[in-house]
Order: sequence, then C-alpha cells, then structure tokens
Amino acid sequence: MAKPASNIAKSSNALMNWVDQRLPVTAFWNATMTGYYAPKNFNFWYYMGSLALMVLVIQIFSGIFLTMHYKPSATEAFASVEYIMRDVEWGWLIRYLHSTGASFFFILVYLHMFRSFLYGSHRAPRELVWIFGMLIYLALMAEAFMGYVLPWGQMSYWGAQVIINLFGAIPSIGEPLTEWIRGDYFISDATLNRFFALHVIALPLAILGLVLMHLVALRENGSNNPDGIEIKANKDENGIPRDGIPFHPYYTIKDIFGVAMFLLVFAFVIFFWPEAGGLFLEHDNFVPANPLVTPEHIKPVWYFTPYYAILKAVPDKLMGVILMFAAVGILFFLPWLDRSPVKSIRYKGLWYKIMLALFAIAFVRLGMLGMSEGTPAQTVEMRVWTFVYFGFFVLLYFLSPGASTKPLPERVTH
Amino acid sequence: MNTRASAIFFGLIALFSASIAIAAGGGTAIQHANLNIRDTAASQRGAKLFVNYCLSCHDASYMRYNRLAEDLGLGEELVMENLMFADAKIGDTMEVAMRPQDAEIWLGKVPPNLSLAARSRGADWLYTYFLTFYQDETGGWNNLALPNASMPHVFWQLQGIQKPVYSTHEGRQVIDHLELAQPGLLTPAEYEETVRDLVTFLDYLGEPAKVKRKNVGIWVMLFLSLFALVAYALKAEYWRDVH
Repeated sequence: MAKPASNIAKSSNALMNWVDQRLPVTAFWNATMTGYYAPKNFNFWYYMGSLALMVLVIQIFSGIFLTMHYKPSATEAFASVEYIMRDVEWGWLIRYLHSTGASFFFILVYLHMFRSFLYGSHRAPRELVWIFGMLIYLALMAEAFMGYVLPWGQMSYWGAQVIINLFGAIPSIGEPLTEWIRGDYFISDATLNRFFALHVIALPLAILGLVLMHLVALRENGSNNPDGIEIKANKDENGIPRDGIPFHPYYTIKDIFGVAMFLLVFAFVIFFWPEAGGLFLEHDNFVPANPLVTPEHIKPVWYFTPYYAILKAVPDKLMGVILMFAAVGILFFLPWLDRSPVKSIRYKGLWYKIMLALFAIAFVRLGMLGMSEGTPAQTVEMRVWTFVYFGFFVLLYFLSPGASTKPLPERVTH
Repeated sequence: MNTRASAIFFGLIALFSASIAIAAGGGTAIQHANLNIRDTAASQRGAKLFVNYCLSCHDASYMRYNRLAEDLGLGEELVMENLMFADAKIGDTMEVAMRPQDAEIWLGKVPPNLSLAARSRGADWLYTYFLTFYQDETGGWNNLALPNASMPHVFWQLQGIQKPVYSTHEGRQVIDHLELAQPGLLTPAEYEETVRDLVTFLDYLGEPAKVKRKNVGIWVMLFLSLFALVAYALKAEYWRDVH
C-alpha cells in the first residue's frame, strides 16, 4: 500500500528538483517561510498586516469584476453602479465587498500603524519598513479618494470638489494645479475618466510594488515584537533565535484563525450593515452627481475626517492645508522622533501610556468632528485635539531620551 | 494580548460608534416606519400604490418590471396587466409617461427618480414625509419633513386634510402639531398602514437584493463560525509545543 505513495513522492520530488534548478522556489520558500524565524510572542495587533494584505487581494479581485460592468462616463457611471446592484448576477455582493473592503482596509491599516506606536516597530533597524508602510498609506489614500469619485453620486462629486480645491490654496500655482488635476475647469467627465485610470491601474500597481518593498524590508531584519527586543540577539547553538518560531507553519496557521475572525466581522457588515449607518456608503451618494445642487453638508469619507478636522480647525485656508499635510507628513519622521532607549510601551513608563492614549483619543475625536457640521464649539474642540495630535510628536521628541524606563527582559515575555 | 492596549482600543471603537447616531436630523421628529421587508403582501400593495400614484410623475428607471414580478411573487402576466403601460415590455425599466421637458413646465422641476429614494432619504424619513403633509394659510400644500416641498399631497383624498396647530416658542410662532381638519377616505390608522405599505415597496425598490442579502448572510455567518472553530482547533494543535 505504501508503494504508490512513495512513487508519487519520488516523482514530485523529481519535478521539484527540475523546477528548483531553473527557479529557486524551494530556496525562496525556506528563506521566507519555514526558515524564517518570527518572535513567538505576537499578540492581537500582529494580525493586521496579513489581514490588510488579504483585503488588498479582495479589493483587486472584486475590482476586476466591477470594471467589467462599470462605465467610467459622467452620463453613465451612476446608472452603471445601479446596474451592478440590480441586474448583474451577485453584482450587489461584488460591490459591497469592494465598498466595505475599502473601509476595512483603512481600519486595518490604522490598527497596524497603531501597533507600531505601541511597540516601536518603526525603530532602528526597521525605519524603511515604516517609510514603505507610510508610502503605502499615502497611495491608499489617493486610491480610496479616486475610487470614491467613481460612483458619481453627490458626495463623490462634491467631496472631490472640496479635496481638489485644497490644492488651489497653494500660492500662484494653485489654480493651474487644480485644473491640471481635474483636466477641466470643473469636475467633469474628463476628471472621472482619469480617476478611473489611476484607480484601476496606476495606483494599484504602485501599492503592490510598495507592499513588496515593505515585505522585503521587513524580512531583512525580521519582525519586532510586543517586548521590543531583538530575538536575534539570543540564538541557540544552531544559530536559531531561542524566542523564534518558523513563520510557517506557526504564523500561517495562526493567521488563518485571524482571517476567520476578521471575515466574521467583514461578512456581518457586508450582509447586514453595508452602509454602516452612512459611514461606509453615504446617503447623499445615492443621489446622482449634480453640479448645480450643493448638498447641505459636504464631508469626506470617515477615514479622511481626522485630517479634514485639522484643516477646518485653522481659520486660514493655506495654513489649514499646510497643517493637514503636516499631520500626515510628520508620521514619516516617527522613527527618529522617538529617541527612547526602549521600543515597547511595556518598558517606557506611564508618561508614554498617557501620551499615546491622548493621541489616540485625539485622532478618533478629530475623525468624529471632521464629520460634524462644525459649530463654533466644535471648532474650538477641533483646535484642542489638533494641538494634542501635534503635541504628541513634539513631546515624544523631547521627553523620550531622558524619561526613565523599566529594565528590558533577556527573553520575550508572555 | 496586551489588555491595557486592547481596553483603550475597544473604548475608542465605542466612542466612535456613538457618533454615528448623532448624524441624522431634520426639520421635524422622524417617525419610525417599523417596516417588515419580508412582508411581500405589503410590498405588493405598495407597488400598486406606487404605480397608481407615483409613477405618473416620478420614474424608477433602475428597476425592471420582470425583476419586480419575480421578487414580489406577482408573476409576469399580472404585472403586465395591472402595473404596466400597454406598450411596455416586461424587461423594461419603470419609466415615467411624462416627458421631462413637460414636467419642468408643469411642475417647476423634473420630479426625481425614486429608485433610490429609500437609500438617500431613509425609510423612516419617507414614512414621516407622507404623514406630515398639511395645508397652510395660502391653501397650498406644505410638509413638515420637507418644508416648502414642491410636491402636492397626492394622498389627500385618502388621508384627508391636515392643518397646523401653532404654539409660541421663544417668542416665535412654530407648528406644534398637525390636526386632521377634514377626514379622508381612510382612518388615520388605515392611512398609516397604507403609507407603511408604500414605504415597504420603496425600500425594496432601493435595494431589490436586500432580502436575499440577509438570507445569504445567515449562511455565510454560520459557515464562517464553523470555519473559525476549525481554524482555532488547528492553531491550538500546532501551537501546543510553543512555550
């Protein structure tokens, strides 16, 4: 009985040898999966990266099917989305996968970034991992913004109007720049067409390339961990980190469980709450774009609202735009702003816990205020949280070198 | 898991979701439609009202008659005989008889496509809208949910005529509530049921796949729960030797 099985093994071995002599499949697998040792103490926060990668794949596949039916034309776009929702077989599911996926992509990316704030994953020698991650985040924001214009609803149109006009605040080149972006004097068919091109091919390509660089840079030094200590500093006689376990099968198997839990939440939203109360699909976007009728309350989608609130907090438009871009830009410098001798929040002491909690609250509150009507009281609150947001980075730079820390453990803890 | 960090995280989620509820609002208190989207009989009655009262001015051009026939369990023949113009085909979308140019002259503006009314306005808003038409001092129609609405009260014969009762609020005269000045063909309770039927249909019209979506969703959630259990057992088995 054992004979046929071993024959199969032998022939598949021969095939693998043949391939390996021409393409280093086994070597690659060993280097990046079975022979790649990851810290054994990953927690909840370490699911986000693999999940974000999965959502990227979901977006690409659902996007391919949407482009089969969507029409990138100002006169047909809105109706073609409704055609997908009604007449295309399972079109509603494909569309909800894509629209819900966009929001969950940001949820995962924000949690993934927050993990870095918690455990110092951006610190040396992983600065480039963080920089590539930030570039992914920028490309993702452009991708999401252009994708949101495609359904050509009222919020698509007027949201794009507001965001493109921000570039108009730049002195002297502002106006020509907005025309260059729109391809017209106002948002029109030309704008929709180019946003479609950028959304379905240019930016996805850029994102895939950046994700590859993000992963290559990550594999070079290996992952950080919740203790923020280097597992490679403590190796056994075979040169294997004592606190490391092979990425495959341990983390591949663990990530499958993460995938299952994530999909439970994701599927719940898709099947029972696809509009997410107007957060993921805004009510006004079920009205076709009309350049003559301005909606009562224009706001960007939720994942941009923290920055939108920072913009609105400043009375001067140009200063507001500068501060808004600075809010994203400052994140690039995070690896060098944190000068603490330890990486992880676990060994940093109370000051960092309080600061990070305030920073997180500021980000969420700014997100909520960015959706609001903007009463005078809310504007004051926006200013307070904008101050807290930037204050985090300034204080981090000055407090981190001198603040007392707890002793680091020799080995990772559980 | 780092418990303190996760406590912060879930606290923030709670904070965030609390903000969603605040977003809605409007001129008058929105009443709950309490729809049952699986009540096919209500959708059928609503479809009839829609065709008789709405489709003469509004279109629903993203909706096809044969989809309606199938989803509402009416059958194509019944739909062709009762709900369609004589020359329309069963695969056609629900178009309006009136030409847009004429509509603009007669009504001031072209009445909106109602395919997505329930998604842009919400079912509760539509329900409130149909209940809060009133006749103002000029003798014209007005509405509490949509002040100065250009649409006349097409159901006035069914509901009767409501007139506003004023009260003084901070020195200004404001409408306190509406009073039925002249009863219609239906009692107020019957009229509310009629409006509910219509809104049930409009809700269906906004997203014809809604019932199917929820039905499929239950099976997806059941499958994923099972998958999560298996995935957890697999993870626990593999990780037994990690200390």
